[in-house]
Amino acid sequence: MFKLFLGLTDLASIEPMLKVETLGLRFRNPLILAAGILGLTAPILKRVIESGAGGVVTKSIGLKPRKGHPNPTVVDLGFGLLNSMGLPNPGLEEFMKELETLRGLEDPIILSIYAFSEDELVEIGRIVSDFDVVSAVELNVSCPHVDGISEIAKNPVLVESYVRTLKRHLDKPVIVKLSPNVSDIVRIAEAAVDGGADALTAINTVRAMSIDIEVGRPVLAGVFGGLSGPAIRPIAVRCVYEITESLDVPVFGCGGVETARDVIEFLMAGATAVQLGSVIARGGLRVFKRILKGLRDFLEERGYSSIDEVRGLAHRR
Amino acid sequence: MSTNINFRRIVKLVRVVGENPRVKTFWFKDALCSKAKPGQFVMVWIIGVDEIPLSLSTIGDLCSVTVAKVGDATEAMHRLKPDDLIGVRGPYGNGFKIVKGRVAVVAGGVGLATLLPLVDKLKDYGCWIEVFLGFRSKHDVFQLARVERAVRPNGAVMIATDDGSIGFKGLVSELFETHLKRSKPSYDVVYTCGPPAMIRRVYELCETWNLKIQASLEAYMKCGIGICGSCCIGPYRVCKDGPVFSAPQLRKMPELGLYKRGPDGVKIPV
Repeated sequence: MFKLFLGLTDLASIEPMLKVETLGLRFRNPLILAAGILGLTAPILKRVIESGAGGVVTKSIGLKPRKGHPNPTVVDLGFGLLNSMGLPNPGLEEFMKELETLRGLEDPIILSIYAFSEDELVEIGRIVSDFDVVSAVELNVSCPHVDGISEIAKNPVLVESYVRTLKRHLDKPVIVKLSPNVSDIVRIAEAAVDGGADALTAINTVRAMSIDIEVGRPVLAGVFGGLSGPAIRPIAVRCVYEITESLDVPVFGCGGVETARDVIEFLMAGATAVQLGSVIARGGLRVFKRILKGLRDFLEERGYSSIDEVRGLAHRR
Repeated sequence: MSTNINFRRIVKLVRVVGENPRVKTFWFKDALCSKAKPGQFVMVWIIGVDEIPLSLSTIGDLCSVTVAKVGDATEAMHRLKPDDLIGVRGPYGNGFKIVKGRVAVVAGGVGLATLLPLVDKLKDYGCWIEVFLGFRSKHDVFQLARVERAVRPNGAVMIATDDGSIGFKGLVSELFETHLKRSKPSYDVVYTCGPPAMIRRVYELCETWNLKIQASLEAYMKCGIGICGSCCIGPYRVCKDGPVFSAPQLRKMPELGLYKRGPDGVKIPV
């Protein structure tokens, strides 16, 4: 557990106002790169951290390499992005070699994983347990455009069983990324916690579709995709609020974060920290520093001494 | 009409021209592309088949992309005829920075297509332009007249072919090296585009001869808007930080010209 203790120089660069401590990990700030965004290679993950992210979640990785869906895979609808990437990744073994080059980085690296069966989870858990470059694992049971994955998050029995299996074979904190494409997200959240989840991420993308009316075809080769970006933020905020209203578990708020105000909104809804990604398409990697400045300004102007003081405020009666 | 370059436009092909047995140029009209910078690219939707990044080979009232047949998507594109539809979004990427003065342009194969709008523009700025073109054989030469028009009378065009059927026999990087050694020219910048191994060699020559370089790189691409990570080389995204890179950036790409990444991110030796 030496990773938990940072060197003096790093301590100095951590702003007490913005830091987040959860899962036995220390994040410089509450802005975490969301899964699926950029996290396919190590040098770009390093650049994201240097750009100001408090931590990163990698691309979702499975046991075997996967090419993903054919293009078009990402379409900008203006109010959000629609994607059906289809979980492209080089496979766990190859990806661990990639991450190995990030050894020594103080900021938490969260490995996103997916599995088509509990047997695969057992194997992934065993392999990743000994890999100390990774601080925690985020279990993707909610990718809305890959058959065999999207179904898991809809079934509380499966979710509980998947999480329990992973926890049994993995000696690291497990975060479960939940789908909004369910009738009762709290029920799924409870199942994840019953299975032993240490934290939750809410939400994955919203299953969606768009049609190019000039040619009368779906805009995505994969037909269905997941909607991200500002369009889904109110859905994500609602999910975070609902979950934290009934469960005492750290929740990473994810969905349409673009500004410091959006971060504050998620924190007030009860999020421990936020994850962001789609905003990089329009705002570039500068968004991290821009949002951090906005957070400092917001807290100072209103006399808050840290983000901990705004967390969960909206739950007051 | 929207000014969001990310919104896909469906455009009609107005002309399809065979450049050589492997390369065709596709002409279309698009307001946003007509304002592109040399070196920028578009994501072209070959409807029902694939979406691929292609540099604009002409920028104007009519724009064009020039495509070599290299795989399923480009083969499908080669089957398209005038009046067929394609989707375009963009233009994307940084494009070339125009440097006024004495410039070299080193092109390998269909990489020339990316450099054509640049050469047109360099002429407008009154640059002295020396163009080095590499092809497999004389049958693969394309758009030579356009290049010659742009450099005349302020420059020169030199050709290398693998089989020596026209010009220098050998690689265009070897032709360029021979020229550097013989004439010791002081270029203000070297622009290059072509196969990754060729770009690596040209970059190494520029480092040796202390020349500034602007290299347009290619990579497998999905989103084109800087978020999916498919096209990363070193810490850079080819789609957003590039596709044109300078020497300080190329120095952070140890893999350049040695391996590329497939759709799954797995390294493939080149």
